[in-house]
Formats: sequence, C-alpha cells, structure tokens
Amino acid sequence: MNRPATHSHAATALYAVSENESPQGDPSLQEPLPEVTAKRRGVLQRLVRRFSVLGLLGLVIVVFWLAVAFLGPLVAPYKGGAITSTEIFGSYSAAHPLGTDYLGRDLLSRVLFGTRYTVGLALASAVLASCIGTFFGLLAAVSGRAVDEVLSRLFDAVISIPSKVLALVVVAAFGSSIPILMGVAAFAYIPGAFRISRSLAVNLMTLEYVQVARARGEGLLYIARVEVLPNMIHPMLADFGLRFVFIVLLLSGLSFLGLGVQPPDADWGSLVRENIGGLALGAPAVLMPAIAIATLTVGVNLLIDNLRRRAGRGQGAA
Amino acid sequence: MNMIEVKGLRVVAGTAPDPVVEIVKGVDFCVKKGEVLALIGESGSGKTTIALSLLGHARTGCSIAGGSVRIGDVEVLSLDVRGRRALRARTVAYVAQSASAGFNPSRTIIDQVTEPALLHKLMTPAAAREKAVALFRSLALPSPETIGARYPHQVSGGQLQRVMAAMALITDPCVVVFDEPTTALDVTTQIEVLAAFKKVIRELGTTAVYVSHDLAVVAQMADRIVVLNGGAVRENGTTAQVLDAPADAYTRQLLAATRRPEPETAAASKEAAPPILEIRGLHAGYGRIGHDGVPAVCVLDDVSLTIPRGSALGVIGESGSGKTTLARVVAGLVERARGEVLLDGKPLPAKLSDRTLDQFRRVQIVFQNADTALNPSRTIADILARPMNFYHGLRGAAAQKRMFELLDLVKLPAAIAKRQPGGLSGGQKQRVNLARALAADPALILCDEVTSALDTVVGAAVLDLLAELRRELGVSYMFISHDISTVRAICDEVIVLYAGRRVEAGQRDVLAAPPYHPYTGLLVDSVPALRPGWLDARRALTLAQLPSMGPSGDNGGLCSFRARCRMRIDGKCNVTPPPLKRLPSGAEILCHHSAEELSRMQSTGTVAA
Repeated sequence: MNRPATHSHAATALYAVSENESPQGDPSLQEPLPEVTAKRRGVLQRLVRRFSVLGLLGLVIVVFWLAVAFLGPLVAPYKGGAITSTEIFGSYSAAHPLGTDYLGRDLLSRVLFGTRYTVGLALASAVLASCIGTFFGLLAAVSGRAVDEVLSRLFDAVISIPSKVLALVVVAAFGSSIPILMGVAAFAYIPGAFRISRSLAVNLMTLEYVQVARARGEGLLYIARVEVLPNMIHPMLADFGLRFVFIVLLLSGLSFLGLGVQPPDADWGSLVRENIGGLALGAPAVLMPAIAIATLTVGVNLLIDNLRRRAGRGQGAA
Repeated sequence: MNMIEVKGLRVVAGTAPDPVVEIVKGVDFCVKKGEVLALIGESGSGKTTIALSLLGHARTGCSIAGGSVRIGDVEVLSLDVRGRRALRARTVAYVAQSASAGFNPSRTIIDQVTEPALLHKLMTPAAAREKAVALFRSLALPSPETIGARYPHQVSGGQLQRVMAAMALITDPCVVVFDEPTTALDVTTQIEVLAAFKKVIRELGTTAVYVSHDLAVVAQMADRIVVLNGGAVRENGTTAQVLDAPADAYTRQLLAATRRPEPETAAASKEAAPPILEIRGLHAGYGRIGHDGVPAVCVLDDVSLTIPRGSALGVIGESGSGKTTLARVVAGLVERARGEVLLDGKPLPAKLSDRTLDQFRRVQIVFQNADTALNPSRTIADILARPMNFYHGLRGAAAQKRMFELLDLVKLPAAIAKRQPGGLSGGQKQRVNLARALAADPALILCDEVTSALDTVVGAAVLDLLAELRRELGVSYMFISHDISTVRAICDEVIVLYAGRRVEAGQRDVLAAPPYHPYTGLLVDSVPALRPGWLDARRALTLAQLPSMGPSGDNGGLCSFRARCRMRIDGKCNVTPPPLKRLPSGAEILCHHSAEELSRMQSTGTVAA
C-alpha cells in the first residue's frame, strides 16, 4: 500500500532537484536551499569560491552543453538534415564552420541538433535509473530482511547481464526507438543506483535519529522520506552524474553500431559512425562529434568529482 | 632545568582574508625534566591544540601565529618540516585518545610498535623488538613476549591504549604527550591503564604532558596542573594547590562539578499506584532465536526491575554489560526472547508494530551520542515539531508556542529553532535531544549515557536539568550510565548489570558503603578519588592475586563475575549458581557470600586504600 506513495514522493524529491539543476545548470542548488534564496548578489562570487578551478571548468562545460541541448536547434545555421553543400567531408569554412559531412550537410548544425538526443536521452535515462534505483534501495533498507534479500538478489541477477549486450538484444528484438533506447539504458543502470542507495540507506538506518524515529512509532514511509532520503541525496547526486556519463557512452556506442538513434536524426555517436569514412581524409566531420562526446564526459566528471569531495567533507564534519 | 618552555603561544583558526578566530590566546607554562604536567579544561578550551603545538603541529585549518615553544634546547616553532620530523622521531611522542583508530588493523602489534624506531633508523629490528617487549612488560601487558604477534582487534581497548604508549616510548623520547588516553575506557580498565602509564613514566623518567578533562584522573598522574578555559590559562600550580586551594573561580567551578553533592532522595510517593515500568525475567539478545526461546547471542539474562512512578532508576555496568540493550528492549528496538515488560501495569508488546500510539508516546528514548541522534538535514524547529504533531496533532501557532516552551524548559534560546544540528554545541544538542523526548509528554524517559560524551561542567548542567524536569513534570527515568557518580547524583534506585545478569539491585545508598556485591565493590573502588595518591594505594590492592579456583561446572546459571572476583570461593562459585540474597540495606544481590562476610572483606579493603 505504501509503495506507490513512497515512489511518487521519492521520485518527486529526486526529480525536483535534478530538474532544478538541469535547466539552470546551477550546482549551487545542490547546497541547502537557503543559499539560493539568500542574496542574489555575490552568488557568482560564492560559486567561484566554492569550486576549484577544475570544478568550475566542468561546470562551464556542462552548462554549455545543456544550453546547446535546449537552444541548439534555434541557433543552428541550417536545418539538421538539409544537404547544403556539394562538397563532402569539407574542411572548415565561413559557411560551414565545422566542415561538412559525408553527404555535404553542415556539421555544426548536425552537432547542434544531435546534442538534444545525446544529452536529453541520457539525462532522461539517468533520472529514470537513479529515481527507480533509489526508490528500491530505500525500500530494501527500511523494510525487513526478507524484502531486502529478495530485492538485492533480484538486482544482483540484473547487474550480471552486461549492459551493452542487453541493449543489443533488446534493440534487435524490438527495433530502435527513442522510448526503447531510454528504457534499456535506464534498466541497465538501475541496479547500480539501487546498490549505492541501499548501502547508504542501510548505514543511515543504524543511526540514532532513525532509531529514535522508530521508537516514536513512525511509519516506514516517514522514516524513508524524512529521516533517510535527505541525508543521502548528496552522494546520490554525485552518483547520478556518474551514471549520466555511462549512459552517454552506452547510447553513443549503440549509435556507433547503428542501433541507436536512426537517420535522418542523429546523436553524436551516430555522427561519428556516419562519418567514419572521413577518418582517412582527416575530415573534421568525424573529429567534431568525438570531441563533443569527450568534452561532455570530461566536464561532467570534473563537476561531480568536485561535488563528491564536498559531500564527503560535509559528512566528515557531521 | 626546564624541559618544556611555552611562552606567549597563540594559535589561530582560518587564514588571513577570512575571519580569523584565536583559539589559543597567549599561553605560558613550563615543565621541569621528569615532571608530569596536566592540561585540563572543557572541550574547546584549546588543550589538545596546545599539546599538538609541542610537536610543532597545528591541525588542518589552524596555524601557530606566535609565541615560542622550546623543548630542551630546541625552538620547535622555528624548525622546518625536516627538523620537525626529526623532533617527532626522537624528542616528542604523542599518545592519542582513540587507540582503536590509531592502529592499522592489518598489521601485527609488534610491527606497528617498532615502526617509529625502524622508520627513523634508530635501532636494528632485533633491538627494537627487544625494546618493545621490555616496554610491554613495563606497561603490565599480559604475556609480553607473544602479545606483539597479535593484531589490534585481538587485544582489549585498555591493552591497545597501553600498546599505543609503548609505540610512543620506543624511541626513548624526552617528552610524551598523552591526549585524553583513558577517556573512552571503563573505570575498571582506566585504573589499570593509568597505573601502567604512571609506572612507566616513573621508570623512564620521561617528561609528560597529560591532557584530560577529568580532574580526578589528573590528580593521580600530574605534578602540576594548568587549568585552561577559552584558550587562556586560568590557573597554574602544583596538583595539591590546585585541588585544595584553587585560586581561580573557574577552577572552583570545575571542582564543584566533579564533587557533586548528592541530592536529597526525593522520597518518591510510594502509593499503591502501579509502577510506571516493571520488567520480569527478561531475556533478550541478538541473532536467531533457538527452540529453547533464547537467542544465539544472549545479552540480557533474567533481568527484573521496577520503576515507581516519578522516580529514577540507575542502570550501571561496564561496556558490554547489556545496559543499552535493556533500554532498546523497553523502547521496542530489540525484541525480547522471554519475560514480561509492563508499562503502567499493562503488558507492553515486544514488537514495535503491536504498540499503540499512546504506548509509543509514554516511553521516549534519549541516546548517548547527540551528534548522531539529531537528523542533520532538519532544523531544530522541525525536529521538535514532529513529536508534537505526531502524538498530539499540534500544528501552527500552538505547536510554535509549545516549542518555545520546550526550548525554555531545557534552557536554550528561542533563536536556536531555526538552526540545524550542525550549528550547535554538544551540550546544546543533548538538550534538544531531551526536548524532543519531552515534546511527546512522556511518562518514562530512557536516558542512555546522556552525559558520557559531555564535559564535566556541561554534563553537570544536563544532570541538574534532568533533576529539575523530574520535579516539575513528574517524569520517570531509566538512567543508564557507566559512571557511578552521575547515577548517584540523579537516581533513587540502582541496578548493577554484569554480563547481562542483574547482580545487585537496591536503593541509591547501597553504593555509598559496603556491603555490596563484589562487582559493585570493584566499580565503586575504581572511580578515581579527587586526591593525589589514590591510584598508588588502589594499585597495591589490585595487584593482589585472585584466589585460585578449579575448573567450572557446566551449570548455566553460575556467577558470571567469578573469573574476576576477588572473593570467589573454590567449590562454590564454580559449581553452584549464586542465590539471591537480601542485604540489611535492602539491596538484593546474587552472591554466595553473606552480608557479614562481604562487609568484613570490603571494609578492610577500603581501609587499606
């Protein structure tokens, strides 16, 4: 009976934070909220002080790609699928700043349109995986041993399937579509989120304030929602960042194999694959999407490394 | 000749652009060669910071801002990194508070003890081992030749603390800094460790700086005492002078907090009303419950007790005696295997899920560690509002009003409500902890070592608060502690637990004078007295051999204390379970000895001490 309620709440709580983070790309929101409602003046200054140089670099990269995902199609010089040049694998030029691809399409526009798939799809999958994983992790930690055992063994079984192989099988069986890709990426990364959230929650459950709540007669829902979840949200956000990167790589890999986003649409992975013929020519067409993938993963990693260190310090202080 | 000379030492926290807090404000003292100096003060008084500066070290975020620290002929603060390393290798050694955190669990003890000597290439491995064994012997560790082959988890906490001292002493340092080395130990263990430290310091003629918050411990160890408060020296004098004729008001306050006068027994109204809590024949433990109804690890064995309405029951015992489990069983956090628990004369279900809201409300638990007992992500207002809303449906303005009443009751400013627990001191957190329990309007509060983690002065204030709340609100307490003096300060009745067995139960006064159960006697005698020389007298007594005893029979109900008992009787204690006896004082004990025998043996013991 409790389940749907717990789920909706856990999901909203987690989602709310992720959502706040994504449009504004402002990780200061992951700090206690009063910080945000405090004076706007000096926000930038505090941000700069809070992050190391590398963390700040990661933040800038992530904010940049998030902005591109939302605004890219608006600012793209051409339509994503339009063939605009007779030259294939063209080099850098004023008309085509990043050159042209194997059909003579403008690569800048292709990358700008593709960002939406790579970032958006990965973001949705990562949110899904983290929310579902956290929900079951909490459920396993606050419920009795039987539930914990069953859930843990179940997710152990799922985690033993290699994610790439699973994705290949699913796409082969059901064909490739956005919902299927999202679902399979989320499914592959739920067990990881489950394990981390469960171990965090199990540790928190032994703390005395949870014992006090239990002795007070609180229900499992309240304990999970109020006593446990808020205290594990920081490490879970760091984990979310990590998961996001893995999913980007998984989806790009699938697209590279031709099983991801289908033409004429293309994410970065499929852009690399389409233009692989240009590798011998040294064309920017194959280089640029690869650089995009690299910068996004490196940027997110820099950012979450910074977050994780802060979360660790916070726990030490407490 | 002065071995240590500290002049105008100042330590600050924070670096220049940010606000800087001065945590040590110009401290001067000196220690002669072979002397033991004690630094005493509450937490936050800067005593550890000063001790660390003797090693030329400041904790992360702190820096030594000025002054001079001379050890022998060396000016410590002017040394570079390499010089300080050499200083720590040969001249100054440090013994930390938590021995279990100071050892690497995957290496043997001897490897770790000899490491400082080998690391700085001061001795050959063979010589270092020999030296370590000699130190183990001096520190009275059992089987000194072979104990080094064990791993840290294979020795007890008190032994590990002594091993840590051996590690510090192996390089023959001129100065040893002891940083609260016995604070985490039971009284009975503390006495052994203190005696070992004292002996080894005397033998080696080492100069020592002993950091502690416990005046009675310091009285045994130190030649001179420096009293610190807020980073400044309040008083500096010989031990006898500081204890007998304190010159400073703060020292007098510390002494007063240690020598608590016993309050008059608030003659609990012994009317016919059923006791608030009654426990009969309780068995509880952890692990699978076997077919005989006893769990795999039995922590509580046939415990019975009664708490009359409005009175306080003290539960005393060493760590591992099952005191905390007792509170958790009553709170429903641990299920009992056998026995009855009656709340207000009505049975209290063992499982949490079978209890009613009213039963939940009437029993509240307050834990020892205030740091982990408050949810760090909620404000104090949220924490206090929850039980009011949960039990009484109070919301909005009514809840707000009640919250301010509660904060007032536990003597906290109302402004604190908006803060999170991270911004509160230990004593404040413990008060919030209490206020949360009071918000439920309970009949019984289970206090699990509520003052153990607090300083003497702060702990005394919390005890006063508890006594006051009891007078005003008429709540009952089950007060769990390993510290006899706190129990005597607040409780009407006491029970003594040893290895899960109730060995003695009676009025508070049973702790005041013999006869008592031999284990109670050991506990009472192990509490350091606030006079120099107590330790030496006490030590002579504990060195006496235990009477020999043959192998034990296989009777499950035998006295569990017989292995340590100074009064055990061969052929009785190891063969038949002890009977329940009533002493003239009204106390019930589990022992073979009669009241007269106990009285005779224990009073001679006290006279000798």
